[in-house]
Amino acid sequence: MPDIGTAFSMAFNLIFSLNADLLEIIGLSLRVSLSAVVLSSLIGLPLGAFLAISRFPGRNFVLVIVNALMGLPPVVVGLIVYLYLSSSGPLGWLQILYTPAAMIIAQTLLIAPIVTALTRQVVEDLNSEYEEQFRSLGVSRSSQISALLFDARFSLLTVALAGFGRAIAEVGAVIIVGGNINHLTRVMTSAIALETSKGNLAQALALGIILLTIALIVNALVMSLRSAASRQAFA
Amino acid sequence: MTTATRTTATSILPLQIRNLRFVRDSRTLIDDLELDLGSEGLTMILGANGSGKSLLLRLIHGLLTPTSGSITWAGVPVGDSTRSRQAMVFQRPVLLRRSTAANIDFVLKLKKRFDPARRDQLLEQVNLLEKSRQPARLLSGGEQQRLILARALALEPEVLLLDEPTASLDPASTLAIENIVNATRDSGTKIIFVSHDIHQAQRLADDIVLMHAGKVVEHAPISDFFSAPVSEHAQGYIRGDLLT
Repeated sequence: MPDIGTAFSMAFNLIFSLNADLLEIIGLSLRVSLSAVVLSSLIGLPLGAFLAISRFPGRNFVLVIVNALMGLPPVVVGLIVYLYLSSSGPLGWLQILYTPAAMIIAQTLLIAPIVTALTRQVVEDLNSEYEEQFRSLGVSRSSQISALLFDARFSLLTVALAGFGRAIAEVGAVIIVGGNINHLTRVMTSAIALETSKGNLAQALALGIILLTIALIVNALVMSLRSAASRQAFA
Repeated sequence: MTTATRTTATSILPLQIRNLRFVRDSRTLIDDLELDLGSEGLTMILGANGSGKSLLLRLIHGLLTPTSGSITWAGVPVGDSTRSRQAMVFQRPVLLRRSTAANIDFVLKLKKRFDPARRDQLLEQVNLLEKSRQPARLLSGGEQQRLILARALALEPEVLLLDEPTASLDPASTLAIENIVNATRDSGTKIIFVSHDIHQAQRLADDIVLMHAGKVVEHAPISDFFSAPVSEHAQGYIRGDLLT
């Protein structure tokens, strides 16, 4: 096993040599996590906004459940998705277990509650400012939701970012439903786990550095976008 | 009183309020209030802070439900159908996080009357056309309130409810708002204007409603209110006594 300095040096060599296997793993990780973010946003944004502006019996109970689901253990989600998608499961006929589609489903289930709960908070804050004006204007429920989501768009970018952060760093669920199959379902986190267990620290470190770099770049992009929006009083 | 009228067989005026009470947290904020407002001109609701002026405006617009009593517009109980024929401007401007033009577009689209020419005409009317692409929340306080007025006028309301629209504005901005309000009144829109500024009442009002402790203590045409006030509260208000 190389010492830590050598491991770092080998890791940077791998990165700068644009190793094909490495690029394939990075590409799949981004594809799976970004797809999960898009899907969970399609579910979580309108659902969160609906919860923000609606008052119904049991609403507090629903909010507690949604908030609790934010802390779903990935391995449990992986196990449940596995049970549904396995050949004897109710969705076994889809035959998507051990494919990127199964990984996207698992990550979507993991981050949809995060997007929903954070959207609910953001939209509820904005609605407390807009609500009386909207009632005066006779804005319908659906128009109110779309207007609030549009006006909160820059805050909601941070919500999507929180979802992406959870998805890209997640390992338990994707290993269970993806199987960590080389050239098919191997993503950065599952590859790091595998390479570390094999003692291949350079490869693991290279992936870890890239993972951190991606997280930094995405965060920086969103922060700069939000700050530009704030300067323009759109956020 | 001023102006042409848009009173027709389908008008939502006059406004009639009977035995109105509004209680919140065991406190009676509007107490057995009675009021009749005709279809023309600008009615100014005056009173000290906490007298119930803004609350009354929200009640007659249907944003709050009375504890008891009745509010009717031309015999129709206050509700969605009456609110849709009114527009209300709140004391604190509520602007969408969009451009100046988009704030008007939002209302025009809502009422299925979207028309860029109409939007530009409204912005021209409040002297904001050259700032149409600017973010609305970067406008000055006076400009924001003018934009809110333009947005209210986009609804083509029969009744315009104004809750202290000039409360935090400088004299120049106040004058700009008052000019728009006067022009709107002259076009036949009934205006109900809440203020605590007696000089503003002298400049704008056709009739004055004076409130104190959740009740109407005087309702009179402008000339009578200042020349022959009946109630002690009105006499004290005109003298400049500090009403509590």
